[in-house]
Amino acid sequence: MEFDLSKPQKLLRETARATLTQNYPLERVRERMASDAIHDESLWQIITDQGWVGLNLDESCGGLGLGLVELAVVAEEMGRACLPCPFLATTWAATLLDQAANSEHASTLQSITAGSLKATVALMDQNSDWDIEHVQTQLKPTPAGWQLTGRKTLVLDAAEVDILLCVVRQGLELAVVLVSTTSSGVHCTETRSLDATHKLFDVSFDAVSLSQKDIVAVGDQAREALEYATRVATLATCAEMLGAMQWIREATLDYAKTRKQFDRTIGSYQAVQHQCADMLLMTESARAATYYAAWALTVNAPDGNKAVAIAKAYCSDAGREVAHRGVQVHGGIGFTWEHDLHLFLKRIKVCEFLFGNATWQREQIAKLIL
Amino acid sequence: MDLTLTAEELSFRDTVRGWLRANVPAQWTVSLKDDDSKRAHLEYLRSWQRTLFDGGWAGISWPKEHGGRGVTIIQQSIFQEELALAGAPQQLGVIGEGLVGPTIIAVGKEAQKQKFLKPLLMGEHIWCQGFSEPNAGSDLAALNTKAVLDGDHYVVNGQKIWTSFGHVANWCLLVVRTDPTAPKHKGLTCLLVDMTSPGVAVRPLKMMTGDAEFNEMFFTDVRVPASNVLGQVNEGWGVALTALGNERANLGTALYLMFKRDCDALIVLAATIERNGQPVTKDPLVRQKLAQAHLDLEVFRLNSLRTLSGMNNTHAPGPEGSILKLYWSEMNQRNAQIALEVLGLIGQSWDFDEGRWAFNYLRSRGNTIEAGTSEIQRNIIAQRVLGLPRSY
Ligand SMILES: Cc1cc2nc3c(=O)[nH]c(=O)nc-3n(C[C@H](O)[C@H](O)[C@H](O)COP(=O)(O)OP(=O)(O)OC[C@H]3O[C@@H](n4cnc5c(N)ncnc54)[C@H](O)[C@@H]3O)c2cc1C
Repeated sequence: MEFDLSKPQKLLRETARATLTQNYPLERVRERMASDAIHDESLWQIITDQGWVGLNLDESCGGLGLGLVELAVVAEEMGRACLPCPFLATTWAATLLDQAANSEHASTLQSITAGSLKATVALMDQNSDWDIEHVQTQLKPTPAGWQLTGRKTLVLDAAEVDILLCVVRQGLELAVVLVSTTSSGVHCTETRSLDATHKLFDVSFDAVSLSQKDIVAVGDQAREALEYATRVATLATCAEMLGAMQWIREATLDYAKTRKQFDRTIGSYQAVQHQCADMLLMTESARAATYYAAWALTVNAPDGNKAVAIAKAYCSDAGREVAHRGVQVHGGIGFTWEHDLHLFLKRIKVCEFLFGNATWQREQIAKLIL
Repeated sequence: MDLTLTAEELSFRDTVRGWLRANVPAQWTVSLKDDDSKRAHLEYLRSWQRTLFDGGWAGISWPKEHGGRGVTIIQQSIFQEELALAGAPQQLGVIGEGLVGPTIIAVGKEAQKQKFLKPLLMGEHIWCQGFSEPNAGSDLAALNTKAVLDGDHYVVNGQKIWTSFGHVANWCLLVVRTDPTAPKHKGLTCLLVDMTSPGVAVRPLKMMTGDAEFNEMFFTDVRVPASNVLGQVNEGWGVALTALGNERANLGTALYLMFKRDCDALIVLAATIERNGQPVTKDPLVRQKLAQAHLDLEVFRLNSLRTLSGMNNTHAPGPEGSILKLYWSEMNQRNAQIALEVLGLIGQSWDFDEGRWAFNYLRSRGNTIEAGTSEIQRNIIAQRVLGLPRSY
């Protein structure tokens, strides 16, 4: 038994860190944030060249055939770089498409892993939460096939991608349908997110016509594929938060070692030291929980699902706390737009709620243990 | 990263499981309601310790020649988890096995290893830790108990305080000052002291729980053979730090057994309690709290596992142990509070569940003081792990 990353996993981490710091320093993140289209084709090229999209999927569909620990390694580095790209959304969608195992869509999946198509999942109806059972949007039969009318909210990166995997009902059955974002009747409206690097959209579907082959999965198959893919995306979100926590923790420690007040570095004051100690405890605990969940889900451990919920609940609370304390230790400079801290604070804040915050996750845990 | 057990670890786990299935008593109580039941409990734990020893399951990470099994730290943590799963009684001597033994193994003379390690594992020697004094708590190196060499004996005079299990221990790891002229960290020595020696007086101190688990100890002209110096004379500070490092790293793992039992028992108990016409486990707020207790404990377990897995490579408990100490002590306080909230007003009663939850709540307040206060742990993390300057 070995909890530490293996040699190849450490190498992957080093490669990811080097690639992202060289190609995407925070100045570039800020440039993207200031522009309308957050997406940057050159960045996507780098990511797909590395094979990171679909890294957790089988080689037969263009993936690298690696596990979720490796996915967590890459997602952590993306969080540490505060990377603005639809990686999370596309990973979610690609995993869903893969799980649905519908041969009609094999080539679409190939295009996603190859980098020519990007995708996301449109899950939540208006006023619903992350529970897939609450989806009500109906797929209606027409003489020619199917028609979709309705509205999905808070869809990650919708206007940045080519494909939406939309969760609907076919009668009473849960179903997943594939809709091109350019289809007529599909409209994306941005819901401006606190975190400009994770964009959210309302997507309306106005009599969008679909054919039988656009139905990716139905019933139990749709549910199982969706549950698994969402778990993988939840895990990647934990890892992103972990990377952001790590950045804040390190930046705060550096600052505590250099900033002087009363002729001493502020890091010599216990009040500041204890903040730094707590930040370490929370970050390392988040790390233990996240990587355990990644491993448990990869090997299909009996507690895999619970482990993901535990990781997300812990990271959601601890991530917020680390971000807040980081700002506090920085004083005034930490509250400015100029300082990079707020980029990470905002990334963490949005991730806290993506896929369910700590309260929501605790209820999932309660369902498993009570 | 691979938490799959190796073939060797798996067969080890199966051996542990088989042995526990055959040997863990189905029914055993932790009733602590009066002195008689406490004494009975102690005797019970002593006989359980003996059963463990006879089965070859005491001090299993210690080298074979010292009565251990020479297993890896990972195997030890597998063992701890299996104990928890089997609902086994806790260890008799947390201080002996977790703190004194590893220190003797690390710095003791061969004759000391021969003399002390086996009886410790058998439950014949119960150890206490004579470190703190009325004027030396967090600032342990300020201690004042003196030892003066007289022939081949040290003569000890002074007072210790807060000594857990001092009233039941027959041996004590004592830190004394042997060179009053040296700077405070340089004149200390560690002694292995027979508690039945003339001149040792132990006076129980009542804790806020009403129990007397810790004590004052008075040493008046107590003669300790010089052969019982642990490590080198005047180098006792390093020895004490070794002991404290082991304590921080090991205590939580040993206590996990009890934390897990409490957490699971609370969930079972909650399901039997009705409030407003439904089981409290249907109440969304209660569900939040129970899930939080469960996840907190699980994150602690994973933290320990990760630290232990790191130690397996280096084999020495570093200052990172402070993270674990800080985590479990504050977690146990959070969870003891959760138990009271879930149970409601009746939960804090001494007449409910034999006062289990009342006791846990009160006892948990000591967790962030014993084995180094939370403030001291945070200082250690900041200064020795993160490299911030000393603040004192
Ligand atoms: C249940 C229990 C069991 C114990 N068992 C044993 C035992 O078996 N053997 C043994 O030797 N001792 C034992 N102790 C004693 C324990 O180790 C001490 O109580 C502890 O180290 C604190 O010392 P103190 O009580 O003198 O408090 P003090 O050191 O006086 O501390 C008082 C307060 O000041 C804070 N403080 C002190 N110094 C600093 C600093 N530098 N920076 C920031 N804050 C500081 C502390 O954190 C605390 O909040 C036990 C204590 C308890 C509660």
